[in-house]
Amino acid sequence: MRVALFLTCVNDTMYPETGKAMVRLLRRLGHDVEFPAGQTCCGQMHLNTGYRTQAKHLVKGFAETFGGYDAVVTPSASCAAMIRDWHPRLAPRTSGLASRVHELTEFLVDVLGVTDVGAYYPHRVTYHPTCHSLRMLHVGDRPLRLLKEVRGIDLVDLPDAAECCGFGGTFALKNAEVSAAMCADKVAAVRETGAGTLCAADNSCLMHIGGALTRTRAGVRTVHLAEILASTEEAPA
Amino acid sequence: MPAFPDAAREAVADTRLRGNLAHATGTIRERRAAAVAELDDWDALRESGKQIKDHVLANLGHYLRRLEEKVTEAGGTVHWARDAAEANRIVADLVKATGESEVVKVKSMATQETGLNEALAEEGIAAYETDLAELIVQLGHDRPSHILVPAIHRNRSDIRDIFRREMPDAPEGLTDAPADLAEAARRHLRAKFLSAKVAVSGVNFAVADTGTLVVLESEGNGRMCLTLPETLISVMGVEKIVPSMRDLEVFLQLLPRSSTAERMNPYTSTWTGVHPGDGPRDFHLVLLDNGRTETLADEVGRQALRCIRCSACLNVCPVYERAGGHAYGSPYPGPIGAILSPQIRGIGSDVDASLPYASSLCGACFEACPVAIDIPEVLVHLRARAVEDGPRHPVERAAMTAAGWTLRSPARLALAQRLASASRRIVAPRGRIRRLPGPLNAWTETRDAPAPPAESFRAWWARTDGGRTEPRAPEDGTDDGTDGRTEEGQ
Repeated sequence: MRVALFLTCVNDTMYPETGKAMVRLLRRLGHDVEFPAGQTCCGQMHLNTGYRTQAKHLVKGFAETFGGYDAVVTPSASCAAMIRDWHPRLAPRTSGLASRVHELTEFLVDVLGVTDVGAYYPHRVTYHPTCHSLRMLHVGDRPLRLLKEVRGIDLVDLPDAAECCGFGGTFALKNAEVSAAMCADKVAAVRETGAGTLCAADNSCLMHIGGALTRTRAGVRTVHLAEILASTEEAPA
Repeated sequence: MPAFPDAAREAVADTRLRGNLAHATGTIRERRAAAVAELDDWDALRESGKQIKDHVLANLGHYLRRLEEKVTEAGGTVHWARDAAEANRIVADLVKATGESEVVKVKSMATQETGLNEALAEEGIAAYETDLAELIVQLGHDRPSHILVPAIHRNRSDIRDIFRREMPDAPEGLTDAPADLAEAARRHLRAKFLSAKVAVSGVNFAVADTGTLVVLESEGNGRMCLTLPETLISVMGVEKIVPSMRDLEVFLQLLPRSSTAERMNPYTSTWTGVHPGDGPRDFHLVLLDNGRTETLADEVGRQALRCIRCSACLNVCPVYERAGGHAYGSPYPGPIGAILSPQIRGIGSDVDASLPYASSLCGACFEACPVAIDIPEVLVHLRARAVEDGPRHPVERAAMTAAGWTLRSPARLALAQRLASASRRIVAPRGRIRRLPGPLNAWTETRDAPAPPAESFRAWWARTDGGRTEPRAPEDGTDDGTDGRTEEGQ
C-alpha cells in the first residue's frame, strides 16, 4: 500500500511537530509514508470564504499530487471533510480519490485496525472533538478509543465538548467578537477539567483555543492527538 | 440595518442578554433532544418531511393552482402578492372594505416579513398582536428576536415594566410573577378578541387537495382569532403547501418536537373556506411570493424553502446564542435567517452580504433541522455569491488572491514559509505573537497567535530525507514553545 501524508498548509507551515509525530507513529506501527512535495492546500479557506475559483485550482492541484496513492492520511479532520465532501462537487473527476483520503484516527482504526498504538503520555488530558470531526467526518469515538489505550494518561471529559470553539476559519476574523465569546466559554470548560493538556485532531482549532489559553495564562498546553499517540517512554512528547 | 458583526458586537458585550439566551436555548435544546429521542423513526420522519417539501417545491405551480381552486370552491377568495408592498396593499384594502380600523393578529412570520403592521398603521388601521410574546414585542416598540419565542431577549421584570407603561388596562401594582403577567395579558387580549371584526393570521401548512389551512400554537389565541371575527385574512408564503391531509401526519410530529419539545402542540386549528353560522363569514388567502420564486430557481439555495419555522437551528446555534436575534436584521434570525434573508431579499445590502458569514460552519443546525436543510452547504454557496455580487472588500480580496497565488505553487509556499521562519525572532521574540497588524488584529485582540516555527515540515523533510538522516529532529524536546505551546506567558 502506497500511503501519502497530506500534512495541510497550516500544519506544514505552523505545526511541523504534528507531521513529524505522524511519521514517527506510522513508522513505529510498521508503515511508511511518503510526503509528496507538490502538496499545498485543500482549498478550504478559499471555499469557506467564498472564493470558489481559487478553491477549484487548489482542488485540482491536490488531485494531481495525490492521484497515484492507495491511501492519503492527514492530521486534520477539517481538511479531510473538505476533501471528502467538497472536492467531488468542485471537481467531479476527483471523487475516486476523495474516498481514499483518511483523517488520522480513521486511518489508524479503520484502515490499520489498531487502537493500541503503544503510546505513553503521563499527563491529565482532555479531548475537544472538533465540529468537522464530529459532524462532517463522523469520526465518532475513534479518537477516544485511541486515547484510552495510551499508557499513563489521565483522560478527563470536557464539559459541553460538542460545542463549537468559535474558530471557523475566517469566521474568527470576520466575526471576531462572537468568535472570542465562544472561545471564552470553551476555555472555561477546559479549565474546569483541571487538565494540563488539551488535545484535538485539528491544529487550527487548537491554535484558536490555545491562543486564548496562553493569553489568559491558563497553564494548559495544546497538543495535537498525533503527538500524544507518537509519544513513548523512550521518546516522550 | 448594520452588518451582522457590527450588530452582534453589542449583544456579545451584554452579559445579561448572553446569560438569558444561553439559559433559554440550553434548556430547550436538552428538552428537544429528549423529545426527539422518544421516537425510534425520527430519521425516517425527517427524510419524509424533506421529500414531501422537495416534491411540493418541484411542482409548486401545480399545487398552488390546486390550492387556489379548492379554497375558492370552499367559499374563500385567493389573492396573489408578488412582493411585500403588494401583500400589504391587498390586506389593507380588504380591511378597509369592512369599514373597520382594528384587526387582531395571530403570530405570522409572513406579515413580519412584509412589515404589515407598519403598513396598516399608515392607513389608520391598528393591528394587535395576540401571541403573548408578540404582544410583549409590540408593546415594547421592539423587534422579535426568535422565531418561536420572539421576546426571548426580555426577562420578566422587563415585561412587567412594558405592561405597566404601555398596556392601558394593566392592573394596579402588577408584579413580575409569571402568572400575574399572563393574567394581565389574558384580560387585555380577551377584550380585543371580543370586539375585533377582522383577524389576520399566518399559516403553518396549506393542504392543496382540500384547501384546508393549518395553524399550530400553544396559547389558544390563534383559535380565538380564527373563529371569533367576521372576516379572516390569512397570509402565507407560497412554499407552505403540503399535497394532502395524510402529509400532515409527518409534520405534526416533526414541528412540535423540534420547536417546543412537545409531543403535540396544544392547539392545532384547521379551517376550510367558510361555513354559514360557524366562524368567519368572509375568508381571504394571500399567497406571498416576495423573492421565493427566485430562491426556488437556485439549485443549492432552494432547500431553505423546506423550512417549517420550528427554530431548532436557532436553539443549537452557538453564534445565535452569543449574538442574539436582532443582529440578523430580519424576522428570521439564526442559521435559517442567515440563508433565507439573503435569498429572499437579495445579497446587495451590507447586512445581507454579511449574513452568510454569520456562522462558524459547525454543522449543529444541519444536525437539528427536522427537514434536513444542509444549512452549512447553503452558507458556503451564498458566500461565493456574496464575493461575486455583494459589496466589495478590497483588502480581503487582495489577501485571498495573494494566498491563492502562494498556495498554487509548492515552491512559492516554501518561500513564504522560509520568510516566516526568518522573521520569527522579530515578530515573536517570546514564542507567540500578541499583536498582528491590520485586519489580523481582530485575532490578537483576545488571542495570541503562534510564532512561525524555525523550520517548516517540508523543509525538515527535505533536509533530513524524511527524518531518516536524523535520529531525532533537532526541535524535539528543545523547542522553546515556538509552535505556540508555551504554558506560561511572560
